[in-house]
Formats: sequence, C-alpha cells, structure tokens
Amino acid sequence: MIDREQVLHVARLARLSVTGEDVERYSRELSSVLDHVAKIGELDLDDVPPTSHVVEVSGALRPDEPRPSLPRETALAQAPAVEDDGFLVPSPGAS
Amino acid sequence: MSADVLDRTAVELTRAVTAGELQPSEIWSAYRGRAAADDLNAFTWVAADHPSPPPPGAPLAGVPVAVKDLFCTRDVPSQAGSRILEGYRPPFTATVVERLHDAGAPLLGKTNQDEFAMGSSNENSAFGPVLNPWERARVPGGSSGGSAAAVAAGRAPWAIGTDTGGSIRQPAALCGIVGLKPTYGAVSRYGMIAFASSLDQAGPLTRDVADAALLFSRMTGPKDPCDATSIGFPEPVELPTATDLRGVRLGVPEELSGPGITPGVLAAFQASLDTARDLGAEIREIRLPHAPHALAAYYIVAPAEASSNLARFDGVRYGLRVDGEDSLTELYERTRAAGFGDEVKRRIMLGTYALSSGYYDAYYGRAQRVRTKIAEDFRAAFEAVDLIVTPTAPSVAFELGAKSHDPWEMYLNDYCTVPMSLAGIPAISLPNGRSEGLPTSLQVAGPAFSENRILQAAHALEGALGFDGSEARA
Repeated sequence: MIDREQVLHVARLARLSVTGEDVERYSRELSSVLDHVAKIGELDLDDVPPTSHVVEVSGALRPDEPRPSLPRETALAQAPAVEDDGFLVPSPGAS
Repeated sequence: MSADVLDRTAVELTRAVTAGELQPSEIWSAYRGRAAADDLNAFTWVAADHPSPPPPGAPLAGVPVAVKDLFCTRDVPSQAGSRILEGYRPPFTATVVERLHDAGAPLLGKTNQDEFAMGSSNENSAFGPVLNPWERARVPGGSSGGSAAAVAAGRAPWAIGTDTGGSIRQPAALCGIVGLKPTYGAVSRYGMIAFASSLDQAGPLTRDVADAALLFSRMTGPKDPCDATSIGFPEPVELPTATDLRGVRLGVPEELSGPGITPGVLAAFQASLDTARDLGAEIREIRLPHAPHALAAYYIVAPAEASSNLARFDGVRYGLRVDGEDSLTELYERTRAAGFGDEVKRRIMLGTYALSSGYYDAYYGRAQRVRTKIAEDFRAAFEAVDLIVTPTAPSVAFELGAKSHDPWEMYLNDYCTVPMSLAGIPAISLPNGRSEGLPTSLQVAGPAFSENRILQAAHALEGALGFDGSEARA
C-alpha cells in the first residue's frame, strides 16, 4: 500500500507536480499494481545473480577519438529560452 | 490506386522494380496518396515531396517505409506520441532509419503510437487513438499501433516499430500482420527515444514473413559505434523459402498456452499446432516455470528504467516548457505534469518508487534476479526444442476504452510476449486465423540470433495457414 505521504514523496523525487484528487488516484493505482508485482516476493532467489545484460558483450567502447560535436546554434535551436549562447532557466537557488 | 502496387508485397515490389515493371515513383505516389488520405489516425506526419530515386541496384528498390514516431528523424517531427515533445524536430536521424534510407527505402511518414511506447492499445497517444482497420471500434494494439494499422490497411508497404515488452508483436497480432522483435542488440538503438534501455529493440512490421526478413536484413548491420549495446548480426539474414517443418522440434510451454488465453485464440493456436505437425514438426510440451512471474518483473524493470530515461524531459533544451513562479524545480514539475499523459506519469511514479531508497533491493534487485531465472528457463528449454510457439496476444482486438480503467488488465495483453523480452531473445508474430471475425496470432521464439531459423519456420507455417489479410486493405 502506497499512502498519501509516499505518493507526494515519490512525486517530488520524480519532479512531477501532483495535486488534489490525483494523489488519491495514484495511491490507489500504484498500490494495485504493486500488489500484483509483489508476487515475485514468494520466489526463492537467494543464490540467483541479477541480470545485468541479456546478451554477452565485450569491448563495447568505441575508440576515444575527438570528433566534432553538434554546432552550438543547432543544439540551441529548439530550446524554449536561450540567452548568451546558453539554455536559459530560473535560478536553481530560488525557492 | 493501381491494384498493381497495392496487391503486391514489399518483396514483390522490389522485384517488380528490378525487373523494370514498376518505377519507384509509381510506388511512392500510390502509397504517399494512401498515407495522406489515411482516416485511421495511423500517421502523425506524411512526407510531401518525392524522394530522390534510390541508387541503382539498391536492395529495397525505393519501396518507402513508415517509421514509428519514437525514431528521431532529422528536421521531421519526432514526438513519441507525447505533448512534451510537441513540435520537436531532431537535429539527427536514428541509425536504423539512416540504414533503411541508404538501402533504398525512403521515409513515407511517421506513425502514431502510445506515448513513449507505453501501452498496448494506442489509446495513450497525445495525438489520439489509432483505429483498427478490421473494425474501427477496436484498438490496433500498441505501442506500435500506427505502424501495424498502416501496414494492415495498405497505407504503407511496410513499417518499423519498437518492442519493449510486446510493442511490435501485439499490434501486429491485433492487426493481422507479421511483426518481428529481433534479438536484443541486433539493431542499433541510436536515435530511438529511450523507454527501457535494457529491453527496447527495433523491428519490422510487414504484410508477410518474407517482407519481415528483407526489412530486418537492412535494419541490422555492423555494430553501431553510437550504441554501445548494439552487436549487429553474426550471419547474413536470408529470405526464407521453407515450405515444411521436417526435423523441427517445436516446444509448447504450458504456462503460456492456456491460462488467461481466450477460447477463440486458443482454438486457432491448437489448429496451428496441427498444421505444424502436418508440415513435419515434432511438437513437445515444455515448461517455463518462471514465465508466470515475467509480467511482475517487467513492471518493475521497465518503469524503473523509464523513470530514469524520461528524466531528460525537463522543459530546458527542447519541447514543451511551463514556467513556474520562480524556481527551476517548479519549472521541471509543471512542465512534466503538463507534458506527460496519465500512463507515462503512472510508470514514472512506479519506477521512481521501485528505485527509491529502502525499496531498491525488494523491487528492482529481485526483478533482475527473476529475469535471470526466466532466461535460464529458456536456455533449458532450447536444449530440448529448436523453437517455442505460443499465442501472441491473449485475445483478439478489443474495443476502444474496454481496458483503460484498470492498468493491470491492460498489462496482461503482454503476458505471452514479455518473457522473451526479458530474456532478450527474438520472436515473431504471424496471423494464424480469425475469431469473432478478427485476426488471431501465433508467436514463434528462438534462442539469441536465431532469426533465420525463426523466419524459415514462420514462412513454412504462413504458407500452410493461408491467412488472407486483403479485407483490411479494401
């Protein structure tokens, strides 16, 4: 069961503003999904290693060679707000 | 449109071009007209201009391809079914779209989908649901619903989509076409907007098995330096020619061929097993003991990875932005609350919870262990059989709105497809009959990189099953 308090905590971690009746709805819906998901708690998995990758790969890194990056104007072209060749955002320090 | 074009499969079209019977421009005009006039809401964008002719001898011969909106395409809207990416035109193109273009398949249009590929009905698109061409009151499946509907309805000769837990196979099943989810790593994920990175894989949605083989052969290729998880394919992908299944051992897992499957789908499945026997296959009952836990593990792993991947949508660099009163945090929170739809938010919340302090081991850690058990089950099964067959989707296409009230009921659509996704192995879906007038479907899965064998077996079955999809193109 995910209560009101937990919904608000998770929403804060996920940077999603959640208000009013949505809090109750998430509490109900997430609890219901977690009830189904909790069934894997019944399995004995003590000596089972977690999957980190499904297909064996080695040497996945490409050569570390300098190459041109996206031109600045291209990278900024879709930004909602730009100033002085950078992305413009409010101060992170503001409360 | 000339029946000459519409009646032919994509492979037949490439042959007609090579033989000089058809010009690529005729194929383009015919399909571009049908895509532009599409009334199923399958497309979110259709190309306007004639593409430059394919290079002489190009293997895909100018037969255009519809591309799920999850793939980035340079200067063309790539919105992943989401308001948060409304109007986004990427400065680069996904490797797989680039490869198809170079092989002679120009971009016909972008197809509608569930937002960020999260859904099994295409009802989660910010741009409205796609209608099933067999019966418009029904869903086409999802998340690659636009690609599936476009091919089934003859609005595109073929299409590509992505599959995380069934998002190619299930819509292919509900629309009566063929869909292949390749081995994880066979196709580059570069330029595919990420949902769950350890599961996402691109593949073809096509009218028949030979088309799937030809399109897949050009989607895969050498390892892509832009995708560290790409592997490529260890052998050439062949056009399948098999007409029998002599010497092929087909495994039927009892966990995925009974519980939760509707009677009509089950009857078609049993009939397909009889067909396989007639073709010379040996049918063996097998066990995949952990398969019933796959959906639970998936609904931890996929939302967890999604919660991390979707953190990038923050209203700063592209897409939607909703300003707050004064703080950056408020800008993030308001942008994301306004830009994401219900299902995406639900999964972000679920994944964030599963990864949060104190819960990681109980959820994500355990789910990754279940995943290991599921992969071991498959490995053990492939000691005794060559391929595994199951129904693809547990039911035929359902009515719009029928399952949107209960998330878990919607998730059950992927009951038979999620185990293969968690194990990273390839699987194809092909139509095998009809129930309530709507297509039913069969899934054929094999070990990693066994696509050639899967395609051969599917080709033999397809020939004997004789499914006719022409009604949906009428």
